[in-house]
Amino acid sequence: MTVLKVAGIFLTAFFFGLTFEGIGRKITARVQRRYGPRWYQNFIDLFKTLSKHGYTHGWIFDFGVIMALGGIIASLGFVPVGGIVAFPGMDNFFVIVYLFTIGSLGMAMGMVGTGNPWASIGVARALTLMLGYEVPYMISIGSMLYFYRTSSISAIMSAQGGDWNLFKFPIGALVALISLQGMLGKEPFEAPIAPAEIASGPMVELSAKYMGLLMLMNTFMEFAEISLFVDLFLGGGTYFVFLLKYLVVWVLVVLISSVLPRFRIEQAVYFYWTVPIILAFVQVFMTVNGFVF
Amino acid sequence: MDKIEKIDERGVWEKIADQLRSRSMWMLHYCTGCGAVELPPSMTSRFDMERLGMGPMATPRQADLFLVTGYLSTKTLRRVIYTYEKMADPKYVIGFGSCTINGGIYYDSYSTINRLDQYLPVDLYIAGCMPRPEAILNAFTKLMDMIRKGEADGWKRYNENYEWYKQNQLRSLGEVVVYDEFHE
Ligand code: SF4
Repeated sequence: MTVLKVAGIFLTAFFFGLTFEGIGRKITARVQRRYGPRWYQNFIDLFKTLSKHGYTHGWIFDFGVIMALGGIIASLGFVPVGGIVAFPGMDNFFVIVYLFTIGSLGMAMGMVGTGNPWASIGVARALTLMLGYEVPYMISIGSMLYFYRTSSISAIMSAQGGDWNLFKFPIGALVALISLQGMLGKEPFEAPIAPAEIASGPMVELSAKYMGLLMLMNTFMEFAEISLFVDLFLGGGTYFVFLLKYLVVWVLVVLISSVLPRFRIEQAVYFYWTVPIILAFVQVFMTVNGFVF
Repeated sequence: MDKIEKIDERGVWEKIADQLRSRSMWMLHYCTGCGAVELPPSMTSRFDMERLGMGPMATPRQADLFLVTGYLSTKTLRRVIYTYEKMADPKYVIGFGSCTINGGIYYDSYSTINRLDQYLPVDLYIAGCMPRPEAILNAFTKLMDMIRKGEADGWKRYNENYEWYKQNQLRSLGEVVVYDEFHE
């Protein structure tokens, strides 16, 4: 049964993750008054990269790519997706956040293993940015975990009932949304992969199947992060309700990113450590003093 | 000259892969000459090449399609060759404008090369000085057709006739020193 559930989560993440990415590209195109690619363009891109003959850059690189994908797949397995909880009782917020780092570190290791300086700059920027968004995110989620006296995501999901945390913790939800923008690497927090500036940063030396695997990893990562937001703040829901909520959050993120330019890395971190962090502390203050709506 | 019927020796998987490749071409535009200026209009809202599944890519490793947009001095030729050899197979080359075909207005210049396909296997040329975005998009659809039919086999030709290409390249460049500044 667990195997089936895990397979269900992965298939959902694969199919809907890529589909929604395609829809996101279409939306960006419409915002820029273009026609845009087909909704299944990302599937074609993925399978095309897998069909090419690529270059490796040594075993550190190979291992890093596998570790990145593996770490993300492992953490995705713990995220409740639309009523599917693969490991009941173990969908702890901290487990998921902990496993996420394996993926990020794997990517950092593999990409630095290519020896390309752009890749090192990109990885350094990604880790710096992580320092920026994790702090306000953790503070705001921490206040919520404190309020519910649990870090189990299913428990928080069921405790919300029809009354979403989005309305109970409005400021915390805003902070989480701003952090989500950085986690997904969308504008204005796109500095780690800036294609025109540092030649797509960590991905600079990726050819063929390595590119494909990292694209897949990126899709899974986006899926896990947005799912976490939907579970914690929008009350999860049954399978299709969940996907609908997911789509709404995703469209919002894409719309924001399609009209904004790029922050420099120090501007991004400065921003995260001023506005969202103050808001997060306001949320903590309200939660501790019982101002929860 | 009679056209020689080519035998399609691709397997089923290669045929499927070629369908995918033709529908998702990531391009690297090496902006050597005037041609680069026609690419922004073909990417943005007026002509929108993303609807064909194409998009600009930042590095040669990720790219499938190499656009040589105009004249090549011998100095840039060297970079072009490095770039081409960094790309992953299968890769396609499009030569932009008359400068890549026969030298264009620089045909008697001391520092430019005249025919690109003596140095790299070009799959398709776009004639004109400079080709308009309509012509560019036309060329892209033509290249997609060629890939689907298995006719865009420049990368195979390059691998098979490597000696010949290398000879030509060396004749123009003189000595080729690969200086690896990152690993020293
Ligand atoms: S063909 Fe004309 S437009 Fe193109 S590079 Fe040569 S001179 Fe410039």
